[in-house]
Amino acid sequence: MQNLSVLAAQWVAPSVDYHGLAPELVVAGGLCLVLILDLFIDDRKKWLLSVISSFTLLAAMIPVLTLALSDVQVRSMFDGRYVVDNFSLVMKGVFLLSGYVVVLLSSSHVEEGEYWRGEYWFLLLSSLLGMLMMTSSRDLVSIFVALEFLSIPAYMLAAWRKRDTKSNEAGVKYFMLGVFASAVMLYGMSLLYGVTNSTLLVDVASQVTGTGEFSAVHALAVVFVVVGFAFKVSAVPFHTWAPDTYEGAPAPVTAFLSVASKAAGFVALVVLIYTAFPLAHDIWQPFFWGLSALTMTVGNVLALKQHNIVRMIAYSSISQGGFVLMPLAVAGMSGSANSALRSVVLYMIIYAATNLGVFAVILAVSRKTRSGEISSFGGLFSYAPALGVLMTLFMASLAGIPPLGGWIAKFVAFQSLLSSQSSWAYGLALIGAVNSVIAFGYYGNVMREIWMRPVPDGDITQIKIPGSLTLALGITSVATLVFGIFPAIGLHFADLAEIAGALSR
Amino acid sequence: MNMLQENNWLLSVGTFLPMVGVVLMMLMPKAQDQSVKLVALVTSIATLAVGIYTAFKFDFDQAEKMQFVANEKWISVIKSSYLIGIDGISLPLYLLSMVITLLVVIYSLDHVPSPGKPKAFFSLLLVLQTGMAGTFIAQDLILFFVFFELVLLPMFFMIGVWGGEQRQYASIKFFLYTMFGSALMLVAFLALFFKTGAESFSIPYLVENGGSIGKNLQVWIFAGMFVGFAVKVPMFPFHTWLPDAHTQAPTQGSVILAAVLLKLGTYGFVRIALPILPSAARQWAPYIGGLAVIGIIYGALGCLAQTDMKRLIAFSSVAHMGFVMLGISTLTSFGINAAMFGMVAHGLITGMLFFVAGSVKERYHTLEISKLGGMLTQMPHLGWIFGFCTMASLGLPGLAGFWGEFPAILSAYNPGAGLNETVFRVFMVIAALGTVLAAAYLLWLYQRIAFGTPKNSEHDSHSTHDELHDVTTYEWLAWTPLLIGILVLGIVPNLLFSVFDPAVQVTLSAFGG
Repeated sequence: MQNLSVLAAQWVAPSVDYHGLAPELVVAGGLCLVLILDLFIDDRKKWLLSVISSFTLLAAMIPVLTLALSDVQVRSMFDGRYVVDNFSLVMKGVFLLSGYVVVLLSSSHVEEGEYWRGEYWFLLLSSLLGMLMMTSSRDLVSIFVALEFLSIPAYMLAAWRKRDTKSNEAGVKYFMLGVFASAVMLYGMSLLYGVTNSTLLVDVASQVTGTGEFSAVHALAVVFVVVGFAFKVSAVPFHTWAPDTYEGAPAPVTAFLSVASKAAGFVALVVLIYTAFPLAHDIWQPFFWGLSALTMTVGNVLALKQHNIVRMIAYSSISQGGFVLMPLAVAGMSGSANSALRSVVLYMIIYAATNLGVFAVILAVSRKTRSGEISSFGGLFSYAPALGVLMTLFMASLAGIPPLGGWIAKFVAFQSLLSSQSSWAYGLALIGAVNSVIAFGYYGNVMREIWMRPVPDGDITQIKIPGSLTLALGITSVATLVFGIFPAIGLHFADLAEIAGALSR
Repeated sequence: MNMLQENNWLLSVGTFLPMVGVVLMMLMPKAQDQSVKLVALVTSIATLAVGIYTAFKFDFDQAEKMQFVANEKWISVIKSSYLIGIDGISLPLYLLSMVITLLVVIYSLDHVPSPGKPKAFFSLLLVLQTGMAGTFIAQDLILFFVFFELVLLPMFFMIGVWGGEQRQYASIKFFLYTMFGSALMLVAFLALFFKTGAESFSIPYLVENGGSIGKNLQVWIFAGMFVGFAVKVPMFPFHTWLPDAHTQAPTQGSVILAAVLLKLGTYGFVRIALPILPSAARQWAPYIGGLAVIGIIYGALGCLAQTDMKRLIAFSSVAHMGFVMLGISTLTSFGINAAMFGMVAHGLITGMLFFVAGSVKERYHTLEISKLGGMLTQMPHLGWIFGFCTMASLGLPGLAGFWGEFPAILSAYNPGAGLNETVFRVFMVIAALGTVLAAAYLLWLYQRIAFGTPKNSEHDSHSTHDELHDVTTYEWLAWTPLLIGILVLGIVPNLLFSVFDPAVQVTLSAFGG
């Protein structure tokens, strides 16, 4: 007893910067509110929950903005294990806004299907909360907690269409491979802790260096941790869950997975290699080189063969992931580190806008066609010109055609890669260039359906688009255009994103 | 480099005015076809008016200098800016794009190709115009790239939606080819950027500093650009998209493709590849010249083998662009002047030939040469116009085609410093043979189509005498300016040469005179 009370006396409550935690707290409050209200309100009024969810996300943007404008550049909490820096703020903004668009995409879908509405919003907000935490985690343990926090709700969401075997398959596959990836990553983390005696990333960094006592254990630990997140971002050869999960999950959930969940994986990857392994670049640079080349090529080639639009988008998103990884292959070189980080952040911002737009169109069109085939887009332009033009814009943006958002994302990725001026970089750039041409094969195919093919069955009944979808389409298309024509805007945010504590080189 | 900055809003207005028309059309209700056409017409007239005003304000005594230069921040993080300007090389092409777009709009007032949808059709035309004009004024590689790519999608849709039976195949082939070229070109641009110190993408800056890059590296960077531009020209062996694209495209698409889009490639050589990488250009010149003459002969032989009138004209484009590239490859002011003239002349003449082919198709419902004949007896005006264009195309002195072809051949006799004279003289002889072949296929084409007795009545029971009307008012309106242009430039070629020459001299200063 005596000992215990001594220990208790030594306990000092950590000082908590509530301003710094405000975005997370707002979302946490919102999701509790949704959960409680769900119990008490009438079935007919459950649409309120989607409204509450969307306002929660918008409300959480307010502290993100005040934090961004405040004089304190870096807020470090819990001995540097939870850090609010510019990088985390930019990414929090991306997550909150894409979460908002996902809510818009979901609301009519959830209302019309047989869903457990309250729980849907609750899980969506939980997953987003995990993502917000991920942006600030600077410790192996908090990264792991954030990862599970964002993944477990996502597993459930993927299996949301309970009576549909495909959706069940989606959930189970996602769960199994996700857990497997977590296990691999945990193994890597435990090795890291074993050799460095710390879970704090900056402490890990000082131990895992390219010089001196660099052993096989270090290398194994780095590779295992990276592989864990390679699953999350569905990089080839760790991508096999993605197409089935994307196809089986409800479309808004797929949009969420392919954008937000993927971005969360990249956030963790970037944080790890910039703050924990900056000096181990001899290991992860070649690893990312191979991962990137494989991911963009395999994703592309498989996308060419797809008949189902969501599967095609799944493979396209795999291949886009390869372009995000591309600059990381040189991120360890002096002079390329900053531009690689900028490129990854910019790519995630623009990709989020464009891909959510694609799903908005898919949702709108499938309301009429009730089909997932690419051919169901046949003749879309002739009876729904606005949707046809928007889908064309989004496809062109994904293909990287100026002046739409995607081109500047791709361009900056190439620029960052080539800034290292190594022959390896030129090799990867050529692979990337060829891939961006191949990609047009399937993006162009969708355009071809929309503009040049006849309407299947000649059914040209008008598509009724609910207001929330229209809003989502508006937001995403304006963002896609503005980022492309005025690239300085997107680059401004990407440039702000500096990770505090990243070793400067 | 000296730059004149007065009236620097003119170019931006001229380039982006068509987009205003596009937005207006988007806002219009679907059914109002007439007002859509009106908006398109007014916009393209206004655009050309701005263009003519620009030419009026252009200081021809200083044609070698960039004028109306505007330099605004655009993407400062990646050191690219909105740097635009126009000199003697760009101005004629800039105006050409505006004239062609207006004439195509006029022609389309009466001829929206199947399946209709005039709103989309005219919108795409105007977007194309912005892309084309923008390419000719951009003085920053990234800006150039954006405009260069901007023309791809509208053309893809124009071929794919309004084209012939094989339109989907042709459109995707066109797109993939060009995109492949531009992807490599972009990598080359980036390499150039980093090898000149990662300072700027502006063309004047790169012209000053590009020469300092090591020669071996220059050759590689040039290779990337070469593929990008050569696909667009198109040079042998990257030309195979062209016959398909031209044959399948609607008349308007073919006209724009032939008259302006192909020039984006040759313009890229003159504006970017040559002045920035002079020693690589010298290294590459014999190969470019060789591919050019292969293109001339191959295109001509291809023409002789065609049974489809439109496909034949398309192959003749390959041959004619071969002359342009031959002129460029000599690296002499004489040759490049000839090439520049050839670009404009080819734009007017081949554009006109495609217009005629479109009208033939509309009247006879076929372009099979074997099913055509006796045009002169049925439609004398159309027949004479066609004859005029074939004469111009084969390079008859006194018409515009001559001044692109003949000097280009002549320039190969005396290639620039450091180039092998023997090789280029061989090229010259081969190219001269090409003109003979050109005369052969064009005259043969004209003979089969215009002379003889009409045969369409046997083959095509649909056509009645009502359909075989002669040139209509809209056609006259669209064609007369081109015909006048061909004649005037043929008689007074100095109109253009005097504008080009000072700017060409500046371009060549990188080669030491």
